Amino acid sequence: MISMTLLYYVAAVLFFAVAFFSAKDKRYSSALFWFSYGLIFLLGDLMPPALVGALVVLMALVAGFGGVKGGTYQTLALQQRLDSVKRLGNKLFVPALMIPLLTVFSVLVLVHIQGDGWSLLDQNNATLSALGLAAFLAILAALYLTREKPQQALKESSRLIEAIGWAFLLPQLLATLGLLFNQAGVGETVSQLTSLYLNLNHPLLAVACYAIGMALFTIIMGNAFAAFPVITAGIGIPLLVIQHGGNPAIMAAIGMFCGYCGTLLTPMAANFNIVPAALLELPDKNAVIKAQAPTAVLLLGVNIILMYVLMF
Amino acid sequence: MPDFSLWPLLGIAVVMLGFLLKFNPVLVVTVAAFATGMAVKMPILTWLESLGTAFIKTRNLPLILLLPLAVIGLLERHGLREKAQGWIQNIKAATTGRLLLVYLALRESTAAAGLTSLGGHPQVVRPLLSPMAEAAFEKKHLTLPDKIKFKIRAMSAATDNIGLFFGEDIFVAFGAIILMHTFLRESGIETDPLQIALWGIPTAIAAFLIHGSRLLRFDAYLARQLKNELKQVPQQEQRHD
Repeated sequence: MISMTLLYYVAAVLFFAVAFFSAKDKRYSSALFWFSYGLIFLLGDLMPPALVGALVVLMALVAGFGGVKGGTYQTLALQQRLDSVKRLGNKLFVPALMIPLLTVFSVLVLVHIQGDGWSLLDQNNATLSALGLAAFLAILAALYLTREKPQQALKESSRLIEAIGWAFLLPQLLATLGLLFNQAGVGETVSQLTSLYLNLNHPLLAVACYAIGMALFTIIMGNAFAAFPVITAGIGIPLLVIQHGGNPAIMAAIGMFCGYCGTLLTPMAANFNIVPAALLELPDKNAVIKAQAPTAVLLLGVNIILMYVLMF
Repeated sequence: MPDFSLWPLLGIAVVMLGFLLKFNPVLVVTVAAFATGMAVKMPILTWLESLGTAFIKTRNLPLILLLPLAVIGLLERHGLREKAQGWIQNIKAATTGRLLLVYLALRESTAAAGLTSLGGHPQVVRPLLSPMAEAAFEKKHLTLPDKIKFKIRAMSAATDNIGLFFGEDIFVAFGAIILMHTFLRESGIETDPLQIALWGIPTAIAAFLIHGSRLLRFDAYLARQLKNELKQVPQQEQRHD
């Protein structure tokens, strides 16, 4: 019932709303950006892939040259907000908490509601369709509580989408780049390079190389899942497992965590680092990375020690 | 020189250079994608096609950010942040560092139990966690300079990430465990997925200890930063005179 296609249509409506408000505000380059984004969500499956590619390039150029500018949206005055808080009290928390709690409830329980060739949630994307259901119920609750019209909800989501701005596009663009890297054989090349130049006889050096290699390649790719096969095939299996006889389960478990240390350090992991900075309206888009850096570097050191002590 | 082509790595060089020179990330990534295509002699139409196909395939990515925004926006309009701030200010023992430490413990342990949706930047950090973290500090120091607020917000987002990353990976049914198990099997090495999950626990504990101790010292760090800020402000005002 709550299929990915339905969620894409909802996303299209939300993007078209942003396009509408920015066009009304005479910010036409922003409107073009959000309209194209909406179009890809609405008709993406029907358009020839090359046309989608051209639209993506157009959006990237508009965003890259500063064409996606934030709008001004009217918010309620502080006094009105405080009156609202007084009127609603703790009930104000209810729709906000409904989103995470209902998502979990749906993933665990409602996912089993299904009949012949029919199910409430998309079985392959249970978390996302659960989130869709939770957000829908929460918006009904929020509209009921605040006595606002549905148009106001569209205006509010547009306000927040515009606050995030071009960063919205980045996670998808990076995933696209990752797929292109795969097609071009970047992984194989790195793997060949490491096996060519690394010949490490001491296990501690081999461990350090594997751990730092995982972190570095994750920093470049923005994704530990992309780094794991490359570095494990290039350094992990030949050196740690075959040459030094280490336990592969320990290598994999801690190796992936070394990759996560890299994720904490890279703007390429946009959805964890750059998008939240935009969402929290921080002027420095690297502020989240800077807050994470000491933890990530210390933990990488601890991982090297753990891997060496536990494996050998 | 190696006897294989290094051209596929051109895109990586573009990305590193672009980020170092602080160009707009969207532009950097697009140019890197273009360079990668050209380096392996992909015709432009094929390049556009693979770009489009990949973009269509990854449309699920923005949804997690997009879907909660209408609710959060509507509630913010009616004072959710102010309410969250008032609530935390009533708890006497609450400080920014302690609040974030409690959140880290909750986020990491629920993620370890597979409940990764009980958190996240749009659903929890923006509407609830970061306003509370700001207010917990503000109650002792009245209005905060923006610089301090930004530091608190960034640390709130960082804490959510760290709790999630190092918790979810010790849940045995998590995708990463399956990915590792499958990859090792394809390489001819048999492992037990449960073993991989269990060997993640020492790092998960280390992550909690390292980030947790940073959070406990965060209050003192913020107080020092605030002192410096306040020292600088009067000087700037004098200069304006």
